[in-house]
Amino acid sequence: MSPETDPALLEELEVDLFVEVLHRRYGYDFRDYGRASLTRRIRNLVSQQGEQSIADLAARVLHQPERIGDVIAGLSVPVSEFFRDPSVFLALREVVLPALSTYSQITIWQAGCARGEEVYSLAILLTEAGLYDRTHIFATDISDAALASAKEGIYPSEDLRDAARRYLAGGGTHTLSDYYHARYDRAKMDQRLISRVTFANHNLVTDEVFCEAHLILCRNVLIYFTDVLQDRVLGKFATSLVRGGFLCVGTRENLQFSPAAQKFHAIDIKAQLYRLQGKR
Amino acid sequence: MTAVVIGASAGGPSALQHLLSHLDASFRGPVVVVNHLGPDGPDFLADMLAKTSRLPVETARERIVAQPGVVYVAPSGYHLLLEKGGRFALSMDEKVAFSRPSIDVLFASAATAYGANLAGVVLTGANADGAEGLHLIRRAGGLAFVQDPDEAAIRTMPTAALARAGADYCGSLAHIADRINRLPR
Repeated sequence: MSPETDPALLEELEVDLFVEVLHRRYGYDFRDYGRASLTRRIRNLVSQQGEQSIADLAARVLHQPERIGDVIAGLSVPVSEFFRDPSVFLALREVVLPALSTYSQITIWQAGCARGEEVYSLAILLTEAGLYDRTHIFATDISDAALASAKEGIYPSEDLRDAARRYLAGGGTHTLSDYYHARYDRAKMDQRLISRVTFANHNLVTDEVFCEAHLILCRNVLIYFTDVLQDRVLGKFATSLVRGGFLCVGTRENLQFSPAAQKFHAIDIKAQLYRLQGKR
Repeated sequence: MTAVVIGASAGGPSALQHLLSHLDASFRGPVVVVNHLGPDGPDFLADMLAKTSRLPVETARERIVAQPGVVYVAPSGYHLLLEKGGRFALSMDEKVAFSRPSIDVLFASAATAYGANLAGVVLTGANADGAEGLHLIRRAGGLAFVQDPDEAAIRTMPTAALARAGADYCGSLAHIADRINRLPR
């Protein structure tokens, strides 16, 4: 069927056009993002921005560079929560942190930190293990808007109340409210938790590896990538990690189509915790 | 081959059990289910439905191609989407109308991926999820089956679907199963 007769093909063409504009005009490469989710986000952007079609949005973005920030923010839709999947935090606490404690300086890369909930969760974990003072966390994201809000560390109080149970289930040894100040419906995270965090804009697709990490946390980011891109990014993680370094991905992620995943072995399949082959 | 996507919410598990138990063991389309009130155990619903379904039931995994004659259930906490070629994708995007997985998200992606080779089914529930998605399925040439609101445990969701999308068939679970069994193989 030709695009004239099949609306799905027509839309595919418009998505191609939009993606091409972002890439060639602005250097943002969404070409290897999974089409189903990407198309959905672009459709949402079209209605948010009051455009008639994806092609209209593409034209607008092409000629109005000032709109690119909103577009990138809209396409990254950062969603995260504190201590999501407590069993993963338990595994980090019991398996990974003891191994990391043997290093004098610890480097952690949180790739795709979104609005920062997981950065703070991680910092709490490290604080309680007595490791925070010798840790450096790189928290990166493609969206400047998300990074700014992560740095600010203000969340709906409700989010933290909901997280209290997960924090304890994840092995928390204090109470979560020790780490924030709630006023009315907003809660501000203790800024000491990000004293050793560097927030930086980094694009997993186009930017190179920049640190030697002992642990990389990248949960529910690769789910948006095609097999090819997923593989490429796992290759970058393998390059960044020290020998025997740890990788943690989302609990529902499937690495079976990635050749680069062969460089890792699973140490806790439920928590999706992997270790780079070759102990140090 | 026609794929089938099914959305259910409050009252969903028993309606799904009923519907699936009436599907022929020889049915060859993939069947993909989103049910809202996600139970705590990640694979609980798939295990429960497997007990009475003649087709095998699994929790959908990302990057896997939906196989003919298999029923897939969306994992709780994620949106489930279908890519072209029938591969599953998961998404952690924001909840849609307080739900993740969202029926609309699955249906919209399936309409794009399968076009006219798709049937959407909306069952019992206390919200309007699925209505917009069913509309998109029909617009792409697919079929829409809706549980008779008078028969549904909660009539809100099928009523909303009928209002937004209309239906090619509206009736009892057994009759919907019968329509599914007769879809082009």
